Amino acid sequence: MQLISCPWCGPREEVEFHYGGQAHVAYPDDPAALSDEDWARFVFFRDNPSGPFAERWSHAAGCRRWFNAIRDTRSHELLDVYRMDEAQPARTGTS
Amino acid sequence: MTANFRLPVGGRVNRDEALRFSLDGRPMLGYRGDTLASALLANGVHQVATSIKYGRPRGIMAAGVEDASALVQIEEPFPEPMMSATTVELYDGLIARGLPGQGRLADRPDPARYDAKHVHCDVVVVGAGPAGLVAALTSARSGARVVLVDDQNQAGGALLGSDEYFDDLGSPAAWVHEVLAELRATPGVLVLERTTAFGAYDDGFLLALQRRTDHLGAAAPKDVARQRIWRIRAKQTVIATGAHERPVVFADNDRPGIMLAGAARTYLHRYGVLPGRRIVVFTTNDSAYTAAIELAETGVDVPMLLDARAVPPEGLVAECAARGIEVRAGHAVTGTEGREHITDVHIAPLAGTGHPDTIMCDTLLVSGGWNPVVHLFSQLRGALRYAPELGAFVPGEELPDVQVVGSAAGALDLASCVRQGGEAGRAASEAAGFTRPAPVPLPTSDARVAEAAAMVLWQVPEGAEPTADTRFVDLQRDATVSDVLRATGAGLRSLEHIKRYTTIGTAHDQGKTSGMIAAGIVAEALGVKIAEQRPTTFRPPYTSVPFAALAGRDRGELHDPVRITAMHSWHVAQGALFEDVGQWKRPWYYPRPGEDMADAVLRECRAARESVALMDGSTLGKIDVQGQDSGEFLDMLYTNMMSNLKVGRIRYGVMCGVDGMVIDDGTVIRLAEDRFLVTTTTGNAAKILEWMEEWLQTEWPHLRVFLTSVTEHWATVPLVGPRSRDVLASLAPELDVSNEAFGFMSWRDTVLDVTGGVAARVCRISFSGELAYEINVNAWHGRALWEALMAAGEPYGITPYGTETMHVLRAEKGYPIIGQDTDGTVTPQDLGMSWAVSKKKPDFIGKRSFARSENNRPDRKQLVGLLPANPATVLPEGAQIIESAHLPEPPVRMLGHVTSSYASAALDRGFALAVVRSGRDRIGETLYVPVADDVVPVTVTDSVLFDKEGTRRDG
Amino acid sequence: MTAETTSGSSPLGAWTARLAELAPAVRVTERPFLTQLTLRVRDAQAQAAIGPALGVELPSTPCSFTRGTGPHGELEVLWLGPDEYLVLARPGVQQSLEDAIRAALGDAAGAVVDVSAQRTTLALSGPRVRDVLAHGCAIDLHPSAAPTGTCVQTLLAQAGIVLLVSDAGRDEFTLLVRSSFASYLAAWLIDASVEYRMVPA
Ligand SMILES: [Zn+2]
Repeated sequence: MQLISCPWCGPREEVEFHYGGQAHVAYPDDPAALSDEDWARFVFFRDNPSGPFAERWSHAAGCRRWFNAIRDTRSHELLDVYRMDEAQPARTGTS
Repeated sequence: MTANFRLPVGGRVNRDEALRFSLDGRPMLGYRGDTLASALLANGVHQVATSIKYGRPRGIMAAGVEDASALVQIEEPFPEPMMSATTVELYDGLIARGLPGQGRLADRPDPARYDAKHVHCDVVVVGAGPAGLVAALTSARSGARVVLVDDQNQAGGALLGSDEYFDDLGSPAAWVHEVLAELRATPGVLVLERTTAFGAYDDGFLLALQRRTDHLGAAAPKDVARQRIWRIRAKQTVIATGAHERPVVFADNDRPGIMLAGAARTYLHRYGVLPGRRIVVFTTNDSAYTAAIELAETGVDVPMLLDARAVPPEGLVAECAARGIEVRAGHAVTGTEGREHITDVHIAPLAGTGHPDTIMCDTLLVSGGWNPVVHLFSQLRGALRYAPELGAFVPGEELPDVQVVGSAAGALDLASCVRQGGEAGRAASEAAGFTRPAPVPLPTSDARVAEAAAMVLWQVPEGAEPTADTRFVDLQRDATVSDVLRATGAGLRSLEHIKRYTTIGTAHDQGKTSGMIAAGIVAEALGVKIAEQRPTTFRPPYTSVPFAALAGRDRGELHDPVRITAMHSWHVAQGALFEDVGQWKRPWYYPRPGEDMADAVLRECRAARESVALMDGSTLGKIDVQGQDSGEFLDMLYTNMMSNLKVGRIRYGVMCGVDGMVIDDGTVIRLAEDRFLVTTTTGNAAKILEWMEEWLQTEWPHLRVFLTSVTEHWATVPLVGPRSRDVLASLAPELDVSNEAFGFMSWRDTVLDVTGGVAARVCRISFSGELAYEINVNAWHGRALWEALMAAGEPYGITPYGTETMHVLRAEKGYPIIGQDTDGTVTPQDLGMSWAVSKKKPDFIGKRSFARSENNRPDRKQLVGLLPANPATVLPEGAQIIESAHLPEPPVRMLGHVTSSYASAALDRGFALAVVRSGRDRIGETLYVPVADDVVPVTVTDSVLFDKEGTRRDG
Repeated sequence: MTAETTSGSSPLGAWTARLAELAPAVRVTERPFLTQLTLRVRDAQAQAAIGPALGVELPSTPCSFTRGTGPHGELEVLWLGPDEYLVLARPGVQQSLEDAIRAALGDAAGAVVDVSAQRTTLALSGPRVRDVLAHGCAIDLHPSAAPTGTCVQTLLAQAGIVLLVSDAGRDEFTLLVRSSFASYLAAWLIDASVEYRMVPA
């Protein structure tokens, strides 16, 4: 049972969290202006790196806050967690 | 006639407490403190089972979890399969049966309790041998919170199987006793006996199985959990799990009476049991000399010790000579005789001079060296390194916050073990923030120290490959050297592949004695170095763990949480049958005596359409949306416009994902300019709240909007039917219930005449097409409201109805259920709900996807009604829809499928909803539904089948 | 007609006797009909203004609660999130408390929601209370890790809970559970206490 550090509540067991997919995929400013292809890219396409990956997590059974985490997809190790209003920590290989 | 192999004195068994037990119907006696194996040996019984493939007799080869052959089924007090006789603590009344490799599950429910417990500590120490004890005590003295886990019923580890004593502290038993006493007296220290750490995971998480009352047999107290899974979370982990002795492979190495040398010492010292009366020892290292010498000292005949090494250790050879033990260096066992029990050993020189010989004996002790127990370290993804001097894998890297000490790290002498234990205990407590660990005096020992290097010998070489190979590598799997060679001969090189090909290491013992030998034989066969091979990965569990223990208390009524409403006890008392919706129990229907489900549902439907009926709608998800920007926020989440909803009014809303597919629906009521209450479907409540929060927190944090779940704050009762207005009026004296004053899709707050006045929010919404009200009260008053409605509705024959009737009523009106009529590939347009999709709003979630060409194909599946040609037919939900009256040869083109199907009281026939390709263009067409051997003709209709004009809505 | 706010049927009303049997090892009693208001407020100035209105400051650190007495009697304010609090007060003060908070909130972004029946409240105490909780709660409740004033939202067995360390030294806890899960939780607590009923510490 892995521990995930909620930026607010501290380390908690992973069962308290829900996964939210890739982070930093912003909702387009003007979806209507996008081509079908560009819109489909936003809706359906996500990175799948081997290594550090910025993801969204929700502390669902705790404070209900969404936050970002950088997880190494090879080891599942969480390298960083940061709040939605914090900048993504610099890290090579991050998507 | 029972032979007695118990020494008159000695061992840690309680000779004042005799225990009756039996194996295969043979009654015997043992003592408290015995294992089933030690008690059997005391009775002269070596053979326990027969092997799975060849039916060969198999006996007791070890004294712990590494044993690969002494498998029993326990019959009483409760049937348990696949138990190792060497790990079953003896209790009075134990009835066991030898197993031919496979066990049998109990045919009755297990009456025992099982549970789990979390424990947090600074340092967890696994193994209470000398290294673990010193580590635990060192940490404990520093003030750290310590958990010490040991799989035996008493601490001591390898000391339990020895007669050495510590010069300055008396016997090992006394030293262990002192250490344990101090640990137990130290606050913050937890000592767990009979507890096997079976899984090591991320972040210092360790799972351990504690056998709490197994050893009491039928006398185990019923209210005490028989087994417990400890969920240990430690800042620092010290692995001191010791080592398992390894045999050497030779022909007929599986006969009962052939045992590991260290196991014989354990039976001698811990249980006061002799493995036999005439014992031959075969070894590749110094450790087995001690067994030979100690056994000879008890008066047992030890005629010969075979040392595979050409140059044996001088001092030990002299000690043997003094006790009449002949040491033959450079010799090995080449075969054995006997069936239920070994009778003779064939020996031969490994190289050089000497002659083959045959020695009579009743026991053969074998030692091929020691394998460190690196399982937990390997589970933690620690890399292993081959140590050629040991012929075994040892931890090959440093892992953060983990230390491996003692024999588990390859240290085979006591001084190194206790020194490493002390260092690890100090390092662990310092790393956990305890900076002043008090030193623990390290015990010293008079044990014989190794004089000569061990020889690594996996198997005794054969001249020619035997036709029927009896050189067993994995006794449990009946897998031989020939099987390994067949695998390498077939071109397999990786140990992982060979393991699967030969099944070596896949039995209940997971190859504790066989895995290393298999690796050695493979390396020899391939002509490669073992160090160049990647060992197979150790995975949890280290020993087998009963599913009952893993389930713990999560069974029976606690298996999955049951969520209930404030009115639940009323439904139960009225004999409702329940449907599981998520974790909720919802009344399904309320059968009257003599009614089946179909009768009850027809009656409930009729009441709702003809008079008045009520249901428990409390499970609907409810979310309070508050803040100045609430309208703007809801406009983005729903397909239709919410910001222009007037206070006091209600709107139906549909939510889509960014892909434009419907994910939920519900009502939105505007409570104030800056406040809404939205409802979700029962099963989606948590998901939708999280979805809304995700958009709010990640995309639009600037919006002044706050979401609060109020699902359980409110008890909700839909009151449905032409007489619902009368019933409501009688309970709401202050409310003008007329259609003019209280119109459709509006809400009012009032105080109901229920138990002295209950505040209520009444919404005029309908999920049935009938005149209907949804009454919401604080859940504390839910039951009272329900009973008041039942009383007020009595003159009209008010009828409680369940989810089945609710489904029929809404399906007659063509209202879809999200998740039943939709499956994540359905747009609002597919449902015929374009009216709920705003054309005015510049954007909302899903809008852009509606314009995608894929979502505008004319052959999309659309929601329609189906009327079977025979009105009595009720189509099965999920049935496929095809174009032709005869089922063609596959592949058959499927047009869609039935999503909802019922018998309708109002329509007096069976009907269905379905999603069908180009469905709306097919209205009026006949399509076909294959059902079993029939093909049922159906007419495609509009999805609204009842009261299309909506005349019933206002009563 | 006026509406009743301090009575009705509480989620665990039917469990009183069965829960009482767990004493003395564990004492479990429902505190029914408490006033419970969810308070949402982001702005630090608004947060500061609400304290005096309540008579108790809002908790400033995550996973903690504050306690005090004010115009509405004794209050506990629980941290549920960076801008989310749960105010616990005596039965019957829903409206006056909400009015007071809204007045203090003024025009600041925020929300007040009556959630009194959303969860029910249990008082837990006794020498074995930590043992019982440890059977289903992964949080370290050792007094050194969870001192008085701790307030965590987590899981107990398979139910979400809010757990308050009311008095670490006296082994007193307060537990809030969603009303629909309350009977599951009560059944679980009774089952988890079986061993301790036989041998109270
Ligand atoms: Zn959190």
